[in-house]
Amino acid sequence: MIRLEEIDRVFEVGDQRVHALNDINLHVEPGEYLSIMGPSGSGKSTLLNVLGLLDRPTSGHYFLSGSDVTSLSEDALARTRRSDIGFVFQFFHLVPRLTAAENIELPLMLDGIAPAERKPRVDEVLDALDIRDRAHHRPDQLSGGQRQRVAIARATIMKPAILLADEPTGNLDQASGKEVIDTLERLNASGITLLIVTHDQQLGDRARRYVKMVDGCIVTDQTRG
Amino acid sequence: MITRDILRFTFGALGGNRVRTALILTAMAIGVASVVILTSLGDGARRFVVGEFASLGTDLLIIIPGRSETAGAAPALIVGATPRDLTIDDASALTRSSLIRRVAPITIGAARASWHEREREIAVLGSTAELLKVRHWTMSQGRFLPPDDADRAAPICVIGAKVRQELFGANPALGEWMRLGDRRCQVIGVLATEGRSIGMDVEDQVIIPVASAQILFNSPALFRIMAQASSREAVPKARQFVLDTIRDRHQGEEDITVVTQDAVLATFDKILQALTLTVAGIAAISLAVAGILIMNVMLIAIAQRTAEIGLLKAVGATGQQIIILFMTEAAMLSLSGALVGLVIGEAGSRTIGYLYPSLPVGAPLWSVVTALIVALLTGLLFGAMPARRAARLDPIQALSRR
Repeated sequence: MIRLEEIDRVFEVGDQRVHALNDINLHVEPGEYLSIMGPSGSGKSTLLNVLGLLDRPTSGHYFLSGSDVTSLSEDALARTRRSDIGFVFQFFHLVPRLTAAENIELPLMLDGIAPAERKPRVDEVLDALDIRDRAHHRPDQLSGGQRQRVAIARATIMKPAILLADEPTGNLDQASGKEVIDTLERLNASGITLLIVTHDQQLGDRARRYVKMVDGCIVTDQTRG
Repeated sequence: MITRDILRFTFGALGGNRVRTALILTAMAIGVASVVILTSLGDGARRFVVGEFASLGTDLLIIIPGRSETAGAAPALIVGATPRDLTIDDASALTRSSLIRRVAPITIGAARASWHEREREIAVLGSTAELLKVRHWTMSQGRFLPPDDADRAAPICVIGAKVRQELFGANPALGEWMRLGDRRCQVIGVLATEGRSIGMDVEDQVIIPVASAQILFNSPALFRIMAQASSREAVPKARQFVLDTIRDRHQGEEDITVVTQDAVLATFDKILQALTLTVAGIAAISLAVAGILIMNVMLIAIAQRTAEIGLLKAVGATGQQIIILFMTEAAMLSLSGALVGLVIGEAGSRTIGYLYPSLPVGAPLWSVVTALIVALLTGLLFGAMPARRAARLDPIQALSRR
């Protein structure tokens, strides 16, 4: 599914070179549930950005579903993000003027799918995430947990193989956070590969596979029985 | 992305920030409205002047003594004499051709006119019966000069409306005898025509038979001859005939200038068209200003919607799609602003037309079309830079902010 080989990511900050990712090798099988933890500045967000094709590694190779995506053009990367990768962010990043349903159908719209075909697909995920009655509310009329579920619905509408979540509960209260995690784990149980970046040890411990990063290197990579 | 979605998304974005949208619409509308109003004024002025000339008759030839040279000293100085005068005989010689329908010799001068104790200096025009038709004048009372021989003097006159008002006041003028210089003449008619015509106030003049005028001013010379060609198409041939005839009568010397209405008309037409274009150009500057405002506001919009752009890219929007979205936004802004401007401009020029009914205002089609196209192009041109900037936005940075 995902294979990272000797990935380096170096930022130039002024005249300093910051090694955000240092010789990362990672292999993720389809359907895995993986948490990435580490202190601030350990490179976990950079790793997520590289995995999500938002950032290009300085060197190394990234194979996604068997093909090398390191050398793809910007447009090809965008299309791969659209079809193969779903993002869930800490701050939801819903478009404030669009309703929940409209936010969810954004990827379908970008893909040029006809409105008639979009409707049943949006309804399907609204039902799956139990937010059908919120479909025509705008984000400011939704609770935090509902917003994050709308964001998850948007991330999964294209039926991607990988779901990348960056601190998905970081901005939620306990109860909503639990709901969101349940939702994500349910999706993982149905086959999606789930990668969660988090500070929250409790959350990190839930994943079957646990990766800890320090200073751009993977220091722990263990799978629990 | 399908077109319907692009438009719906853009529409939502425009509706999402009403103040910004309203501001750009206003700027664009002012630009387009000023182009429309100014061109309709300019074109109205052009049509007014052209119409005035056409009412004189485009089949008119004006024969002026003396020859206008484009270079060198005046011929009069070389031969040591003034050009030969035009005479009544010259005028009647012109009537011999079928190319020419009417000929009206004209002399002008000024004389003191008085009736009872009222007296004033007045412009006097000597001519024949033909003048009425050549100039398309109309009578309000009585009749015009009788169709006598041109060289027969008669103590009669036709007066303009203003002269009637000032000399006779409330008294009936028709049939009254008034003094004109050292002679007397009987008023036989009053002109109805108002306004000015080739530099003379039609309302403020006295018209007497040309022979009488020659006696009054003690000169056989004509000021000019007005000839009406048999048709508009005959004008060039008639012009040649006039030149040939007068040259024969003036011992082979071409000492006259023939001005045709067509030439004058074309010149005025050109001058006023240039004026209209100039005014339109000045108005177009406001369109450019509106364009810069569009760019400015689009840049602000992109700064405000950074997170949204980042998100669109994260969920798979290509750079091209982002450019299309923002260009559509700019185009929709400028185009709808332009449409509002057209409505305002049209309303404005109609108001002007209502206030000044004699001015045929109305924006010409070319200016409407050009204003729309320029507005759209301005929007696209000035929208392109912000759109490209949006497309190049780094999604990681865009999303890192709340």
